[in-house]
This record gives sequence, C-alpha cells and structure tokens, in this order.
Amino acid sequence: MPGTKEIRSKIASVKNTQKITKAMQMVATSKMRRAQERMRLARPYAQKMRNVIGHLTEANPDYRHPFLQPREEVKSVGIIVVATDRGLAGALNANVFKQTLYLMREWQGKGVSVSLCLIGSKGLAFFRRLNVPILASVSHLGDRPHVKDLIGTAKVMLDAYREGQLDRLFLVNAQFINTMTQKPVAEQLLPIQSIDTEGLQERWDYIYEPEAARILDGLLMRYIESQVYRAAVENVASEMAARMVAMKAASDNAGKLINELQLIYNKARQAAITKELSEIVGGAAAV
Amino acid sequence: MAEQHTIHVDIVSAEGEIFSGDAAMVFAPASEGEIGVAPRHAPLLSLLKPGEVRVQTPDGEQHFFFVGGGAIEVQPSRVTVLADTALRAKDIDEAAALAAKQRAEEALRDRADHITQAEALAELARAAAQLKIIERLRKVRS
Repeated sequence: MPGTKEIRSKIASVKNTQKITKAMQMVATSKMRRAQERMRLARPYAQKMRNVIGHLTEANPDYRHPFLQPREEVKSVGIIVVATDRGLAGALNANVFKQTLYLMREWQGKGVSVSLCLIGSKGLAFFRRLNVPILASVSHLGDRPHVKDLIGTAKVMLDAYREGQLDRLFLVNAQFINTMTQKPVAEQLLPIQSIDTEGLQERWDYIYEPEAARILDGLLMRYIESQVYRAAVENVASEMAARMVAMKAASDNAGKLINELQLIYNKARQAAITKELSEIVGGAAAV
Repeated sequence: MAEQHTIHVDIVSAEGEIFSGDAAMVFAPASEGEIGVAPRHAPLLSLLKPGEVRVQTPDGEQHFFFVGGGAIEVQPSRVTVLADTALRAKDIDEAAALAAKQRAEEALRDRADHITQAEALAELARAAAQLKIIERLRKVRS
C-alpha cells in the first residue's frame, strides 16, 4: 500500500488538472456562443450573394463563367481542409481528416491527382506527412477568423482552377449541428452546383456597370471566399463545442479519480492507525 | 403611397450586417464613378470601389459607411450593398496568395527537417539499445 503522503500529493495534482479542464470548459462555452453568433451574421451575405448570382446567370444564359461550367474530364481535384490550430478538442480534427482521406482515396482510385489547401495548423501537421502536394496554407487565424486572412489562400485555389490545374474544388470542415454533434462534411465548391434560380421568373434585367461578365467574376470570387470564411467560422464553433464536451468529460473523470484516490487514502490512513494501535496493545501486553 | 418615397437599404458584409433601414437616397462609389440611388431606381448591378457609402434617411439624417469595395444591387424598392471587409486590390490579393503558397512550401520543407530529425532520433535509440546489450554482456562475462 502506498504511503499516505504520496496519495495526498497525487490527489492535489489531479485537483489541479481538474481546475484547468474546468476553466477550459467554461472558456470554450463562451467562445462557442460567440462563434455561433458570427455564423449567424455571415448568413445574410451569402444568401444575398446567391440571389444576385442566380439572377445574373439566369439573365445571361449565353455567358458561361468557368466557375459555373462543369468540366467533362476530371484530371485533378483540390481540397480545402479546415482544421483547428489547437488540440484538446476531442475527435474533431481526426474526423475531418478521416473524411478528407476518404475523399482523397475516392478520387485517387479513379486516377485523379489530389492537391490540398490547408487552413489551421493541425491540418498542416497531419497532411504534410502524406505525399500530397499542398498548394497553400494558412494557420493561426485565432478565434475570430477574418475574410482578409483567407483571401490569399482561396485565391491560390481559384487561380489553379481557372488555369485548369484543378477541375474540381472541395471544402471539408466540421459542420456545427449542435453542442454535442459536429459532423465532418465535404462539399463541392467549384464548379458551383446549387445556385437556385427559383422564384426568379420575372424576366427583367439589370443595368450593368461595367459589363456583366466582370461583375459576375467579382461576385463569384467573393461568393467562394465567403463560403471559405463560413467554413472557418463554423469550424471555430465546432472546435469550441468539441472542446467543451471533451473538457467536461475530463473534469468528470478527474472527479471520479479524486473520489477513488480519496478512498484509498482513507483506507491507508485507517490501516496505519490500526497498525499503530495493535503495536501499542502488543507492546503493553509484553510488559 | 408613402412607400415609394423611401428605399430599403441593406449593407451586409461576409462578417456581418452593417446597416439595415429605409433611406431617401443612397450614394455609393461605383467602379465607374459615384452613383446616387433614389427610390424607384431602375435595376442596376455594379461593382464598388473602396470609398464611402452614404445613406440619407427620410428624416434628413446622414449615415456614412466605409466599404473596401464590393458590389451594389439596386432594385426599385431596395438596395443591397455587398461590402468587402478587406481592402481589395489586384496586387494586394496577389501578395496574399503568394504568402499562402510560401507558407505551404515552408511547411513542406520543414517536413524534410522533421524526417531527418526523426531518423536521427531512431538512430540514437538504436545505438542506445546496442550499448545496453553490450553492457549487459560485459556484466555476464565478468
């Protein structure tokens, strides 16, 4: 049986750990709320963008932008992977990477080459061990990612697509479903698939300044960027939710451990007292 | 029809809503020159330059918003400004793209270092294990 002193110091150290995990849990909870709020704020922009683009493409059926034009032959695909910068977020990153690997295998199985674009340092740490070209990366965006930090990264992929180096572009991130559930999702960014043109039956057209093609180009680029931004913000919300749950579990486990240790400590102490008593009694009997 | 004397304005950016409300007149720095939009303006779609969007409310108040660029969509009863939060210019974007590429390349170069480091560590572990065996053998013999 270990000495009472060792058990006591062990309890103290577990208690310290529990304090840290509890604090992290609370921080993650408040950060998650803020990230959710930012997710909500990003929605109207994307919605308006989609409306305008939908209308534009409807009104100009003869002009086909490369971003809207599916390519017959797919030789190479790009994947933008959004991961976190920090760990201690449960299986969040692992799930995103698994989804990415699955997507990669699927395309590589068809003889299509895959290149990556990585957002978040955990993604970089994981994927650079694989033998895949990494076209661009950005990390340490913090808890409040900004569009301006993502423009460059997105541009690399958009340019590669425009020049024909990529035929498809995917985006993988952890979708925030609720506090308990975050699901890795892969969606196709380019060519853009779902621009809903429903509810745009009226055949009227805008006055364009400058010409429609340039406006469409500018809008589509911003639309993709806003999608990447949304993914980054959503990933922060997911990260915080996952961390919150992971830290809650850690705190609970620490509590259990402390209870068990406390029991062992009590037993050890009682055993020591009994031993001492029996020694005294034995000693008295001998006299 | 009081409705036709005002026009609904929404200024949104990717990071959030900036302004939403009714206006008597809106001025925006379109790419071909500043435009003023009054209620019942013809449908218009234009890109914006970095500059100031000015919203004149029906009671004569003025609101100013700085936009880094973006786009403006005008319909007879509503104006939507899709504002950029970042200042955009071709060379700024280009520089950002270059930086993103460089980061990726650096990360890949680091990988080589990591591999050599890992290899060196493995080599060290192997050497240490051999030493241990030699020592043990020596003890047995003596």
